[in-house]
Amino acid sequence: MAKKQHDTPNLDQLESGPWPSFVTGIKRLAKQSDMAVDLMGQLETSYATKKGFWKGGTVGVFGYGGGIIPRFTELKNDKGEAVFPDAAEFHTLRVQPPAGMHYNTDVLRKMSDIWEKHGSGLIAFHGQSGDIMFQGATTANVQPAFDELNELGFDLGGAGPAVRTSMSCVGAARCENSCYDEANAHRTVLNNFLDDMHRPSLPYKFKFKFSGCPNDCMNSIQRADMAVIGTWRDNIRTDEKMAKQWMAKHGMDELVNDVIARCPTKTIQLKQIKNVKKGKDISSVAVNDTHALEIDNKDCVRCMHCINVMSGALATGTDKGASILVGGKRTLKIGDLFGTVVIPFMKLETEEDMDKLVDLGQRTIDFFAENALEHERTGEMIERIGLVNFLEAMEIEIDASMVANPRTNPYVRTDGWDDEVAKIKAKKQAGMGA
Amino acid sequence: MAQTALRRPVESGVPDNKQFLHPKFIKNYGNWKCHDRPRPGVLHHTSHTGDEVWSVRAGTQRQMDVFTIRKLCDIADKYAEGFVRFTIRSNIEFMVSTAKQVDPLIAELEKNGFPVGGTGNSISMIAHTQGWLHCDIPGTDASGVVKSLMDDLIDDFRAEEMPNRVHLSTSCCEINCGGQADLAIIVQHTKPPKINHEMVANVCERPAVVARCPVAAIRPAMVNGKPSLEIDESKCMCCGACYPPCPPMQINDPEHSKLAIWVGGKNSNARGKPTFMKMVASGLPNNPPRWVEVGVVVKNILNVYKKDGKPWERISDWIERIGWPQFFEKTGLPFTKYLIDDWRGSRASLNQSAHIRF
Repeated sequence: MAKKQHDTPNLDQLESGPWPSFVTGIKRLAKQSDMAVDLMGQLETSYATKKGFWKGGTVGVFGYGGGIIPRFTELKNDKGEAVFPDAAEFHTLRVQPPAGMHYNTDVLRKMSDIWEKHGSGLIAFHGQSGDIMFQGATTANVQPAFDELNELGFDLGGAGPAVRTSMSCVGAARCENSCYDEANAHRTVLNNFLDDMHRPSLPYKFKFKFSGCPNDCMNSIQRADMAVIGTWRDNIRTDEKMAKQWMAKHGMDELVNDVIARCPTKTIQLKQIKNVKKGKDISSVAVNDTHALEIDNKDCVRCMHCINVMSGALATGTDKGASILVGGKRTLKIGDLFGTVVIPFMKLETEEDMDKLVDLGQRTIDFFAENALEHERTGEMIERIGLVNFLEAMEIEIDASMVANPRTNPYVRTDGWDDEVAKIKAKKQAGMGA
Repeated sequence: MAQTALRRPVESGVPDNKQFLHPKFIKNYGNWKCHDRPRPGVLHHTSHTGDEVWSVRAGTQRQMDVFTIRKLCDIADKYAEGFVRFTIRSNIEFMVSTAKQVDPLIAELEKNGFPVGGTGNSISMIAHTQGWLHCDIPGTDASGVVKSLMDDLIDDFRAEEMPNRVHLSTSCCEINCGGQADLAIIVQHTKPPKINHEMVANVCERPAVVARCPVAAIRPAMVNGKPSLEIDESKCMCCGACYPPCPPMQINDPEHSKLAIWVGGKNSNARGKPTFMKMVASGLPNNPPRWVEVGVVVKNILNVYKKDGKPWERISDWIERIGWPQFFEKTGLPFTKYLIDDWRGSRASLNQSAHIRF
């Protein structure tokens, strides 16, 4: 039984309406938790004054330098005492989720029990970086709460200038578009950088995200310093039975307007069956007795649209892997940046493949650690030094897939041109000889 | 008092998710063939072996009390098979092995206040931040804005009647932790920070704060005999970048911190390349507890898009077809001078052509 709840006329208005209410949830906690009572008090004050009242600080667990988000109240009376003393310390534990955010009820119940015992009882599934956020512990309770969660098999995530918690999509566990084992890549890569996660010492944050296909359900291109996006090199697969079923259900108008007309490179065409091209780069599938779809895979950019619309009738190829994009981030300081291609394709099937991905991550983080300015993200660093300098340091060969177009200005010194051409020629010849 | 030995952490990192996967996910791992949606809120996946699994998706409040989590677990144990997962937008999914389990599961979820939907061409749950509940630099709340909006948008969460999927986000400062979305609501400050000069020297690492400013508007200064910082207010564009490293430079203002609406962000590569969202409205009041003025603008844009968008057009695809003049005309939003970009690279956002719709 907790102390009396504060009047919260503003927050009470968020209890009505059909969407699940976090206010109702915190009020349920407030029946047993003084911390939840005072959390409501402080939050109501924010609603009444339109001001935030938390400040950071330094709280951690033994052995780690990060992973806890400390929050101390700034709402003090004239004597310097907290207006809402039972929520004066309200720290969050960031805990890394399993890949794909899969759980069973047993583990969710155990997490709930631990957090009811040591914390406020409020848990967010999940924060924007992917962490399970155990919200609201006193400084004294942070360590015992972490100890129990750690014994359960979970570990703290990242905070501050560190490798951050990662996310991966539902992936191979349930999705037909999965182009690599996202969960394995997520776990293998991140678990190689735990020192850089738990002991923040980078110029700024570094995020990995793992999406199994170019639909990029993890939004990795705009949120990850290194985005691993699944793709394939061979032809789109087709299934005639399913293509005809799709056609019978949706008809010619939808096929033309929603599938063919929306292909960004116009490489998918509708043809009379007798006119369909043959060749190693052509995928084709009959949609009825007279017409077929024809895809010239050389011109396909793997955008996913036709596969999304005609699930099963069209599918990703089988020579799968991932594209690696580097430099995505949110607004501050120089504005939003998307990741850009640094590895157009790499296989991610064997342990050696995974080692190569880890190695790429390691070299990128090492270069970032040595060359980024304080509070500069990887994308900003590359913007400052130029992609070519980054690639040369990484010993990554340039590729025309890395640009939307070649440069549009002449402001470059090109007296090394002949040497570069000679190198490319030599490589080509060596490649042909092999 | 005797010091008890501190426990060393087990640096276990990302847990193996195999222990939490539905048995059919393990059996058919990497071997799925296709999926369809028998009704909104339900995904039906079929594997190459012929195995089938149904996933029922429901909305949550994200910040969940343990009683809510236990209720979801009770439902998962009784009406599903004890396995759940969360989506990137904090929806929960329950996996079942037979079609006949779907309807009773949906009924139980809805009975307990968890709306079923958020799949396909619906409006999904809003990706959001912490706000006044837990952030140290928030201009507004997050959960409350989301609750208010989702109360209004719930019919389109439960249905699949939009042209394509609609992803929304909210962010309580201009850092925009909520991320790119079809439609985003983000704090937009309109006045330079108010500096507490008494505090700066004690709290802030001044060179780091100077370096943080995107427009070099901050410089060291002595104020009232104390080392502090001053701002060239003619340069300052009120982004708030100085506030996190220097809390005495208070950027949040109950009256002058406004809300802006952005549209047309897309992370997927489907059809066109991924796109950043664009600011289309600003100056909206930060008006808790229900942010009514923001809701009116959001619903208006979504209603116009719902009516005018063609199948499979995301908001960015729709605007690419109709053009920005028609976007502002159809939504009735004023196109002000503040929407013409003047940041680096802005020339690329100007109309470098004679392509004009009349």
